[in-house]
Amino acid sequence: MIEVEDVYFTYPNGVEALRGVSLTIKNGDFVAIMGENGAGKTTLVKHFNGLLKSASGSVLIDGVDTRKVSVATLARKVGFVFQNPDNQLFSETVEQEIAFALKNFGFKERVTKRRVTWALNLLGLAQYRKTSPFMLSGGERKRVALASVLAWNPKILILDEPTIGQDYHQKEKLRQFILQMKTQRKTTIIVTHDVEFVAECNPRVLLMREGRIVADGEAQNVLTNPEILIKASIVPPQIAQIFIQLSDLGLPKDVIDVYEAREKLLKVSERSK
Amino acid sequence: MSVFEGLRFRKVYSPIHNLDPRIKFVYVCAIFVAAIIFWELLPLIILFLIQVPFVFLAGVKREWLRSMRGAAFLATIIFLTNFIFKFINAGYVVTASNLENAIAMTLRFVVLVESFSVFFLTTSPDHLGLALEQTRIPYEFCFAFTTAVRFVPVLAEEAQTIMDAQKARGLELERGNFLKRIRNYIPILIPLIVSAIRRSLELAEAMESRAWGATKNRTNLYVLKMHKGDIVLIAITVGILAAAVYVRLFLGIPSLNELLGGLF
Repeated sequence: MIEVEDVYFTYPNGVEALRGVSLTIKNGDFVAIMGENGAGKTTLVKHFNGLLKSASGSVLIDGVDTRKVSVATLARKVGFVFQNPDNQLFSETVEQEIAFALKNFGFKERVTKRRVTWALNLLGLAQYRKTSPFMLSGGERKRVALASVLAWNPKILILDEPTIGQDYHQKEKLRQFILQMKTQRKTTIIVTHDVEFVAECNPRVLLMREGRIVADGEAQNVLTNPEILIKASIVPPQIAQIFIQLSDLGLPKDVIDVYEAREKLLKVSERSK
Repeated sequence: MSVFEGLRFRKVYSPIHNLDPRIKFVYVCAIFVAAIIFWELLPLIILFLIQVPFVFLAGVKREWLRSMRGAAFLATIIFLTNFIFKFINAGYVVTASNLENAIAMTLRFVVLVESFSVFFLTTSPDHLGLALEQTRIPYEFCFAFTTAVRFVPVLAEEAQTIMDAQKARGLELERGNFLKRIRNYIPILIPLIVSAIRRSLELAEAMESRAWGATKNRTNLYVLKMHKGDIVLIAITVGILAAAVYVRLFLGIPSLNELLGGLF
């Protein structure tokens, strides 16, 4: 459980990145944080594992104030995958890369081995076990970075722009994985600009703008509300755009799911027959 | 990173900023030479004070103080080693001249840092590149130099992100004994080097696709010209250097202790 209470944060160069953010994320929630560049999304999630400490207000992870414990302690519970995998890859082999965090957390050799294998298989990287991470393509490096965090099975998972550079299959796998996290009552938080991905996952959406949260609700409601989306400089997903355009036919505006869209459209075409 | 902070250029206009960087560089070298040829405290104090007006004239007091603070750690080490070795050499007694000597060696370092920081704080990377180019150094080298200077803050920022990413994977930089602590930096250094190389390759490709080096003879929008201020600075530089050499060769320098009538 993440409890954020009236958090303000200003960077040393004077940029006010967060101006009074309050929210609660329960165990098992799947949250997408969206908003234009510089809205404070990454700054907010960096508070969840203690990389940034709030100037005023508090962030509690399962009741523990992030200002009172080290990042390494929090990291055991809160996994954070950075946007750019090149910011973390350094090992000689993919296997060692994934084992790095496990060693830091003091996992036993045997457990480490098992978890590395599990993470490699999960992300389809098993054939690269002994390859240098620097020889992999951009998308593969991104998956190695993800695997290196998933390996220790954190309770809360934060993904900064996870879909960049991933093809459709990998995105679909990621979606499946996040749904699986949900069934295990684990929390996933993604920071993203990918509206279509969010529309397919239908998570809780937090829209940010200028360091504040401007909307908080189901993707289906938030991503189909043009007034709110304009404020956060986001274009509705394509299905929502079609349904907004077709609303004079008596179709509802809040549709983002392909299957739901099909049902609604079939009904209209039957009526017109 | 505070030392870098002290060397970071900020665009401001002042008489010092407008000076020809070539002349400024010669001035810095002259201060450098003067600081090296003296080991007595008095002339080093004078060299230190000579530069203070430049700092105020350029309006970079805050940044300058920050670079001085950045140098404080090394200065302390220089002072302590000098003092301790002199102390042992003199047969385990503290004498006024020992103390003065140790302070002088420290001040010599401070003077060097001071002059370099004034130079870098008041000279934009573009100006520096221009100066190199107009001293007929091949353009490729000038470009490499200015690019390197320009990427220092970018790399510093990247190092911070990398540290964050590794901390998020449970790395504790401050853990373990001395050797372990050095080893802790491997996960920071490798990504930093790799991404710097990758960045440079990307930069090279981007530049070539924008026709870098298409014309053999480049012309510049801005051409460095000498102004009145530059001539004044040349005069000051020559003055300092001549005075320093004269004093060194022909005059005896009293120690501060003697001047003040024997404090110790």
